[in-house]
Amino acid sequence: MAKNYAGKWGAVTGRVIGVLVIVAGILLAAGLCTAAPRVDNPVPSIFEPHSTPADSIVHLSHFVLAITALIFLVVASLLTYAVVKFRNKAGDPQREPAQVYGSTQIELAWTVIPILIVVVLFLATARVIHAIQDAPKPVAALEVTAIGHQFWWEFRYPALGLVTANELHIPVSDPDHPTPTFLKLLSADTDHSFWVPQLAGKTDLIPNRVNEMWMDPHSTGIFLGQCAQYCGTQHAKMLLRVTVESPEAFQVWVNSQKQPAIQDEKETAGKRVFETTACVNCHEVGGTNATGRFGPDLTHLMSRSTIAAGAAENTKENLRLWIQNPDAIKPGSLMPAMQLTDADLDALVRYLETLQ
Amino acid sequence: MSSDAMAIQTAEAADRPWLETLHEWVTTVDHKRLGILYVLYALFFLVVAGIEATIIRIQLMRPHNDFVSPQVFNRMFTMHGTTMIFFVVMPVLFGFANYLVPLVIGARDMAFPRLNAFSFWLTAFGGILLYFSFVGGFGLYGAGNAPDTGWWAYAPLTSRAFSPGHSTDYWTIALLVSGFGSIGTSINIIATILCMRCPGMKLSRMPLLAWLYLTMAGLVILSISPLTAAQMMLSIDRYLGAHFFDTQAGGSAALWMHFFWIFGHPEVYVLVIPAFAFVSEIIPVFSRKPIFGYPVMVGATLCIGFVSMSVWAHHMYTIGMSSYSNSFFVFTTMVIAVPTGIKIFNWLGTMWGGKIRFETPMLFCIGFLFQFLIAGLTGIMLGAAPFNWQLSGSYFVIAHFHYVIVGGILFALFAAFYYWFPKVTGRMLNDSLGKLHFWLFLIGFHMTFDVMHIPGILGMPRRIYTYESGRGWDTLNLIITIGTFIQGIAVLVFVANLIFSYFKGPRAGNDPWDAWTLEWSINSPPPEYNFASIPTVASRRPLWDLKHPEDPDSRYD
Repeated sequence: MAKNYAGKWGAVTGRVIGVLVIVAGILLAAGLCTAAPRVDNPVPSIFEPHSTPADSIVHLSHFVLAITALIFLVVASLLTYAVVKFRNKAGDPQREPAQVYGSTQIELAWTVIPILIVVVLFLATARVIHAIQDAPKPVAALEVTAIGHQFWWEFRYPALGLVTANELHIPVSDPDHPTPTFLKLLSADTDHSFWVPQLAGKTDLIPNRVNEMWMDPHSTGIFLGQCAQYCGTQHAKMLLRVTVESPEAFQVWVNSQKQPAIQDEKETAGKRVFETTACVNCHEVGGTNATGRFGPDLTHLMSRSTIAAGAAENTKENLRLWIQNPDAIKPGSLMPAMQLTDADLDALVRYLETLQ
Repeated sequence: MSSDAMAIQTAEAADRPWLETLHEWVTTVDHKRLGILYVLYALFFLVVAGIEATIIRIQLMRPHNDFVSPQVFNRMFTMHGTTMIFFVVMPVLFGFANYLVPLVIGARDMAFPRLNAFSFWLTAFGGILLYFSFVGGFGLYGAGNAPDTGWWAYAPLTSRAFSPGHSTDYWTIALLVSGFGSIGTSINIIATILCMRCPGMKLSRMPLLAWLYLTMAGLVILSISPLTAAQMMLSIDRYLGAHFFDTQAGGSAALWMHFFWIFGHPEVYVLVIPAFAFVSEIIPVFSRKPIFGYPVMVGATLCIGFVSMSVWAHHMYTIGMSSYSNSFFVFTTMVIAVPTGIKIFNWLGTMWGGKIRFETPMLFCIGFLFQFLIAGLTGIMLGAAPFNWQLSGSYFVIAHFHYVIVGGILFALFAAFYYWFPKVTGRMLNDSLGKLHFWLFLIGFHMTFDVMHIPGILGMPRRIYTYESGRGWDTLNLIITIGTFIQGIAVLVFVANLIFSYFKGPRAGNDPWDAWTLEWSINSPPPEYNFASIPTVASRRPLWDLKHPEDPDSRYD
């Protein structure tokens, strides 16, 4: 019971902090007159889970923390006591203390007790490992293939026929009819690791190997994370953002993402720049002849709140800078500087802005 | 040797031209000189790798800092890790082994003096080769020069597709060469301990230092070999068209991880067991009691040695192993806590009922005990695989293993410096500077590494050259950086103390600490031949027997 109250109070405190953060965010946004994307959970703490594997890990960690804290208290108190009590006092006659070589009983005690603790810890841990790793996949589960690239994320929804990058959208799960998301993890180049602390522990994306993980989120919101396995120069700016939405909102998102790119006749100049330069070698825009796979799919670029795997907000200025000189935002990224004239650059940015 | 003879030798040394002295040091096969060379070499690289750590910390002081480029940052953490493990801690421990092992077992030199010199120069060459990469190599995309693949050098980042230049080759060959040096020294340590003990020194009468170094040397042979094999496979991949780790051609990235960590985890024990050795020698002397439970300590050490060979994959919980593999490694990882716990309890038992003298070596040992306890407990947290899925690859892990290496091993090393410096140089280290060093380092250490656990819990991954603001990491990182500077100042105080005391410190005499092992029975510094006549021992504490003929240890032996 006490624990439940604590949980509630924790949740209340969390909500109060959340509200404060949101208010602060709104004030900041208003102050800067920019459309900053709202992030409900700016601090990706592992102790504030919003999804199932993350919260079973928190339960286990409370147990492990309690045991280790207890061990620390006992051993550190004994050490402190020994250091204080048995110090050599000034004015002590120069006589050596009693020479004790050991004691079988005591040795046995401090061997057996730790063995018992280890067995308990092992069993508790093995149970959680089994519960997470060997969980059956419900029929209603959403399947997503996550592919790590230097230095961005590709997300493919094979059953829904859509592709997006860096910002994963998944539905919130109803405990009565769970719709967890199962991720199939692949890598196109080096090792990466998918880590959104509030949703699940991390799992690596390793080339020539298929890994799997799942999450069963129980609250909506935007959750932050990033690549957690060193993957090269720009490992630091391979950010992740997962939007957990109500099933209805998720369906709206899916429908909009399924549309091919809107062809705006006014922006043919920019489209021509896009299709006649190297852009098309790496990027895909659905419904056009741009079918590159090396870089992120741009069909619905403007539906994403960030560019360059979260390194910059998706604004007109940032887009322009990113195309002109990617190193200014993300030095060492694999996007080349396109060396366009100002007129071409402006036209291109205007075209990209039509990719809603 | 009489003090007259000492004076004559010193006078001779002063008259000799420096070139001759240098030649003598370069060609020496004396275990004591090689030991000193190892230690000086390691101290040099300690300063170098410390500067690299400082660059890392300045860069991370605030979000979006641009003190260094991402390329430079990546080189800095790669070089910091590689240098600290292979060219600071390993050589300094081999240095102490070289110097102390023959002395504590009553021998005149190591078993193979020439192999000893050869091993040292191989190790030295390895370090120089690694640093030559700053001039001679190229990194990822040809953009860098020093290696920038992290000190684990995970495949396929090291393949020619991702590391086209020569920086990876410098890294590979540097570790290969220094690895041969480590194996040579380890064979030497084992042979010395098994074959060169003085009369009466049965295995059960050896000081714990010798037992622990015996275990450490065995582990080096077992663990460096797979690393050497992996380095060769990597070179064959890169230049002879093999595909061991080449994932584009069906190779396995996980294979490299297994090879690396089957070296990497025993390596932790290679580093920490000598630290246990120092603590096991120093705590009894300053508590005025023999080590508590000697046979159990030996057993626990051997047990750690064996079990440490079966825990490597706890570095790989996130790579998608089956639940059964993960559970197995959880079990072995937690089991190793038992013998480690026994050690802490036995040190506690040694202090219990003693008369503890708080000289500087003992202060560092007490710091070691508390910090190693905490490091062990965060190790249990990391050992629980699901908890590890959150904590691994984050700053929590960085905090944990720095707690082991700095809070544990480095504290024990500092204790060893203060304890044996008088024997090596004949002069005491300055006590006030020593206490200043201890307190400054203690404050800096806790400021840096206690705080460092928190950004990990808040989701900050390791090896990132910068981070976004607003994630709760900013202030913490600033505190961590300030702590780093305090540690840096403390290390400078220590180096100043070494230099100052070498010239001006008070004379130590043979046995300044009233200790019990054989090295304290001879002159400080010891003559070239160590023992004028080979001693005979009748117990674990020969000098106690000598000082207390009314109640010698040999009576109970």
